[in-house]
Amino acid sequence: MACESWKGKFDAYFDGELSAADARALNEHLSQCASCSAEGLRRVQWKRTVQAAAHKFTPDAAFRARIQKQIAAPARSSWTRRWIPAFAAAAAVVIVCIVIVNFQQGRSSGQQLLGELTDQYVATLASGNPVDVISTDRHTVKPWFEGKIPFSFNVPELQGSPFVLVGGKVSYLRQSSGAELIFRVRQHQISVFIFQEEKLGHVAVKANEYSALSFQVETWQKNGLRFFVVSDAGSHDLDQLSELLKAAN
Amino acid sequence: MFVSEERFISGSFEELAMPLFDRLYNFAHWLTQNREEAEDLVQETYAKALKGFRSYRQGTNFRAWIYQILRNTFLTSRAGLKSASSISLDEDSESQNLPVSSDTPETLLLQRSDQQLVQQALGELAVPYREVLLLCEFEEMSYQEMSATLAVPIGTVMSRLSRARRALRDAVQEMQKR
Ligand SMILES: [Zn+2]
Repeated sequence: MACESWKGKFDAYFDGELSAADARALNEHLSQCASCSAEGLRRVQWKRTVQAAAHKFTPDAAFRARIQKQIAAPARSSWTRRWIPAFAAAAAVVIVCIVIVNFQQGRSSGQQLLGELTDQYVATLASGNPVDVISTDRHTVKPWFEGKIPFSFNVPELQGSPFVLVGGKVSYLRQSSGAELIFRVRQHQISVFIFQEEKLGHVAVKANEYSALSFQVETWQKNGLRFFVVSDAGSHDLDQLSELLKAAN
Repeated sequence: MFVSEERFISGSFEELAMPLFDRLYNFAHWLTQNREEAEDLVQETYAKALKGFRSYRQGTNFRAWIYQILRNTFLTSRAGLKSASSISLDEDSESQNLPVSSDTPETLLLQRSDQQLVQQALGELAVPYREVLLLCEFEEMSYQEMSATLAVPIGTVMSRLSRARRALRDAVQEMQKR
């Protein structure tokens, strides 16, 4: 094999990701080729330089103690309150003006609602075990919610669509329970939140689509149910899934 | 690269999370570029992780799980929004043509002063490049772990990493010329 081909494998080799057989063969070549072994040495030195440079920031001892304390006694502490408004505000910027308010007080509650939803979406995304009921079968998911939430809804037929149902779980918003359905489309995850419109109080939500940094949100109301579709997938995917949901409900 | 066994053993949240504290902080500071925001980010990450610990499956990769929480929290924070322009890389074109491995040029002087240049260049890289380099070179994550942490396919991890390495190298070389 020509040296250029070997050098093409250097990244994987020094990242420890080359197969055992390839690594052995490359080892063999390095022991015989001055050009490749010189390049290999430079690569190792450079990797070490980057590694050392990357270790730049050290936490304060006081900060460590604070975290330790929080983990040991996970009581609700003041910083939670300090952070949450910042997060809610950030979410409100992300999803520009999703909420039309009926009266002044509604504004902050609308933003809170959005903050909570995007927070839930992120939590589901980050969770190693994101669903309470794992099923790709809509006929399993729908009955699972019976008795757990105060309303029923239909899971759309996904045959012939790019969407895969992953499962569902009970979600809470404004002290009322609702459903979170998790779908996958290619590498993206989509959460669909369904709540009773009346339980969301005085917050009117515009049925429109809002693009954001890392999320798209689509929302509408139908037959007393409020749907929110949240994802980092493209708007085309959200449109398509939304249409399926609207048709089913 | 290897992933040590202890990352996969089960344990209490504290036992799993505290050994990662220094590294999570370092990562957070690189993302936010600011001590106060890094502390907020780490705190929020620990709070979310603690809250979601029940849903974490024992035996799976805790490190990838908590880094993913930190990263997602960053992306939805004010600091994350500030880096908005650099976040939406075109993943499609990224995965289409895998760039060939970048050479380490001989002109790259590997001296003590390089470290500062690398730090400066790393801080100026687009967030997706910065984070993939940190996860690979500093955290020594496997491609599989990075794929889980960044929620992208392994092919994308590889191409992004390759691009990030080239971008860092080019930036350092540019600085050396000055
Ligand atoms: Zn050679």
